[in-house]
Amino acid sequence: MGQVIAAATEHGHDDGHHHHKETFVTKYIFSTDHKMIAKQYLITGLIMGAIGILMSVLMRMQIANPEQPNVIFEALLGKWAPGGVMDPNIYLALVTIHGTIMVFFVLTAGLSGTFSNFLIPLQIGARDMASGFLNMVSYWLFFLSSAIMISSLFVELGPAAAGWTIYPPLSAVAKAMPGSGMGMTLWLVSMAIFIASSLLGSLNYVVTVINMRTKGMSMTRLPLTIWAFFVTAIIGVVSFPVLFAAALLLIMDRSFGTSFFLSDIYIKGEVLAHQGGSPVLFEHLFWFLGHPEVYIVLLPALGITSEIIATNSRKPIFGYRAMVASILAIAFLSTIVWGHHMFVSGMNPFLGSVFTFTTLLIAIPSAVKAFNYITTLWKGNLQLNPAMLFSIGLVSTFITGGLTGIILGDSTLDINVHDTYFVVAHFHLVMGISALYGLFAGVYHWFPKMFNKMMNKNLGYAHFWLTAIGAYGVFFPMHFIGMAGLPRRYYTNTNFPYFDDLADTNQLITYFAIATALAQLIFVYNFVKSIFYGKKAPANPWKSNTLEWTTGDKHIHGNWDGPIPHVHRWAYDYSKVNENGEYVIPGQDYTPQHIPLQDGEEEMNH
Amino acid sequence: MTAFLIILIAALFVIALWQISKIVQLGKSPEANGADGEIANDADNNRQGKYMLYFVIAMYVMMIACFIGYQDYFLPDAASAHGAEYDSLLLLTTVVIMIVQFLTQALLHWFSYKYRGRKGQKALFYADNDRLEFIWTAIPVVVLAGLILWGLFSWNDIMDVDKHEDPLVVEVYAYQFGWKVRYSGADNTLGDANVRFIEGANILGIDPTDADGKDDMVATELHLPVNRPVVFNFRSQDVLHSAYMPHFRAQMNVVPGMVTKFSFTPTVTSEDYKSTEFMTEKVRKINEIRRQKSKELEAAGDVALDPYEFEYYLLCNKICGASHYNMQMKIVVESEEDYNKWLETQTTFETTLANAEN
Repeated sequence: MGQVIAAATEHGHDDGHHHHKETFVTKYIFSTDHKMIAKQYLITGLIMGAIGILMSVLMRMQIANPEQPNVIFEALLGKWAPGGVMDPNIYLALVTIHGTIMVFFVLTAGLSGTFSNFLIPLQIGARDMASGFLNMVSYWLFFLSSAIMISSLFVELGPAAAGWTIYPPLSAVAKAMPGSGMGMTLWLVSMAIFIASSLLGSLNYVVTVINMRTKGMSMTRLPLTIWAFFVTAIIGVVSFPVLFAAALLLIMDRSFGTSFFLSDIYIKGEVLAHQGGSPVLFEHLFWFLGHPEVYIVLLPALGITSEIIATNSRKPIFGYRAMVASILAIAFLSTIVWGHHMFVSGMNPFLGSVFTFTTLLIAIPSAVKAFNYITTLWKGNLQLNPAMLFSIGLVSTFITGGLTGIILGDSTLDINVHDTYFVVAHFHLVMGISALYGLFAGVYHWFPKMFNKMMNKNLGYAHFWLTAIGAYGVFFPMHFIGMAGLPRRYYTNTNFPYFDDLADTNQLITYFAIATALAQLIFVYNFVKSIFYGKKAPANPWKSNTLEWTTGDKHIHGNWDGPIPHVHRWAYDYSKVNENGEYVIPGQDYTPQHIPLQDGEEEMNH
Repeated sequence: MTAFLIILIAALFVIALWQISKIVQLGKSPEANGADGEIANDADNNRQGKYMLYFVIAMYVMMIACFIGYQDYFLPDAASAHGAEYDSLLLLTTVVIMIVQFLTQALLHWFSYKYRGRKGQKALFYADNDRLEFIWTAIPVVVLAGLILWGLFSWNDIMDVDKHEDPLVVEVYAYQFGWKVRYSGADNTLGDANVRFIEGANILGIDPTDADGKDDMVATELHLPVNRPVVFNFRSQDVLHSAYMPHFRAQMNVVPGMVTKFSFTPTVTSEDYKSTEFMTEKVRKINEIRRQKSKELEAAGDVALDPYEFEYYLLCNKICGASHYNMQMKIVVESEEDYNKWLETQTTFETTLANAEN
């Protein structure tokens, strides 16, 4: 495969590479170049992210001042905020769409889609993805599903509002809530298309990594980014079809009178004909995707951080093999822990014991990863670029959020914190904030490669510190209101005087949330401005070892103007010294992968 | 109020503009000579490394402040037999994870500060150490194994609903948006039920032909005798709900089409729970907040809030529709005599049906 591609481009090389003339449409819209597709993913993901974050701010404003009129609600929600007071149904819709957008559209497509596309061919030494066409189709299906999801906000009875987990019967019976009509139909259609997009993307990533590595790029020389994307894609291929099945069966129950998930329902004075189905079955199917999804979101972020921490520490990543093994272990275990979302769902308690066991097992590779990151920093020469700060921030929130998982993963302890704000705090830190930090780290680090421009570092620093303070300000206190037994997804807490003393803390959280959301504007400004007015980037600004920095600054379809470089070493020969204590290449503390072994140098036996 | 908000937002907007202009200034920092200006130099490393140190100190202060400031947020001692064990396990787990949190965050941020880049500083090429990696794989294994074992024993114990001798059998019935309770009467056996039997006064769908159901009693409050094990059968008529009784460390989803179960033994009566030091103080604080709020409400011509008195409650903890946030039921734990007295005032299903026919 690799040879065929090489031969084809060899031919292209003769007549100056751009022998097929690129029009605006083929270059910027229906592009098959993985770099352009990555940028399309990134920008679509960022726009969806802005919408998702805005929704969370609206929710927080409602929680801080429940049932109070607010001009912002009136302006943005229109008929759903009569007199400026938010309607309870639209609160649930915001909860639902915020979750859906952030998990799938931002952190799956925006993060993994962007960086898998961008980095896989560049870091393994390939001209493009195995199938550029399918890659393009994948992006446009994603765009279509985004458009449908956004359009569902404008249907008459409102968008889906049954929570991002869309448990039936609430999501299946249109009489149960207004959002379960047209809004839910559009949600399901959008997600079905999203799954198709994700599968096409994932298959492409898997095939590309397996078949198209350049000469010398053995699996054990792959940068950890690629390992993470590769394994993420495999988890996606394994688990997304199950969500597709669940969505399909739900559509059948909704529209064609089947009873997969419904039984014995009496609603609005009427008994429904459904008999014999079980909502618990839906929960199993949903979480069979839903839990691996957490790792689909997180692993790419961890891969990105591995690369950035090693580069900016000027040290090899500590325990490369252990890191790969952890990724594999996490991937395997992630498919057998879904039941920890269902300890009190009514499933057999014995299953609960099994899932507790597997869930706490997954803490072990996660702990290994955290310790290895910390050891990589030890005795380094840390270059504290914005990408590095976000990577360190990720390790911090990953630890803080991961530790509370030990409480939630224990079936006994879960009984009393299940579905409280404790859960909200836990998963926002461990997968939301951590994965977003990974996304930001990736953008700051690879922006020079994407756009040939540098982002402004001082704005990057301001962005990081405001976000870091805000994220802990929002989510650390949130654990405590969860410990008080405050349920999530409540439109207002005022009907329980017992929670009256939590109101101050809820306001505090809202202030932090608004401030953190505003801090993201710094990023937007920096991002947009740098694309157009940033300083021209040097070829290898971070003095990195991986292949993407060897392409030169010409942005061509095919990546390397000349032949593809061959690889002679792993990606982490930072500060490697020979017997005399001199750097392997004198005066340079890094040795890129395409540099052959020097005289008397021993290859790391990793 | 609206006018005030508009002014506030306008003010915030002006401040935002001012801040953005400052940021733009920052963006044009003078040291920027060429692209290298955007790569961290020694001065940046020094500054950011120090910020990392300040950050972790601030984080410790925040964590300690949260634990002190919010200590009365934690639920008071459990009012159920298994709850004490639950609380000990929670305490142990919290202590373990906070120790790990303090140590790892300290290392992470301290290394970020200590090894901040300097020109001429040589990083140590240190790629592997099997012994170290073995140690930090083994430690979580041992700690987690301990926590898992304790957790699993408690779990098996809590979830075994058949372990009690002579439990009280009670049905908790959920619907959009409220709860009902069905007592099983003198035979302590619930009559069969299905939503298809719902008709007129038979709001819970009890099978009118089942003899076991004749003496069942439907109530709107959950009364429980103290120190007697209760087995709850949960049933929903429409969508998923979750019956959450935080003070008893009890929760179970309520699933249409099936009966889910949970059991516990309430150990503290409502009266005793109310008069604990913790609860008196908490309720005093809440009533202070409510008084303040009532003043504001009265000034605006609204109705003042009622003073609060603590009662156990059961609330819905699974998203179930528009009024999910207000789906609650009062729970009363009382002495055996009081409970029996209350039960006598309830009507049996047989009587309810007979009354409906008249």
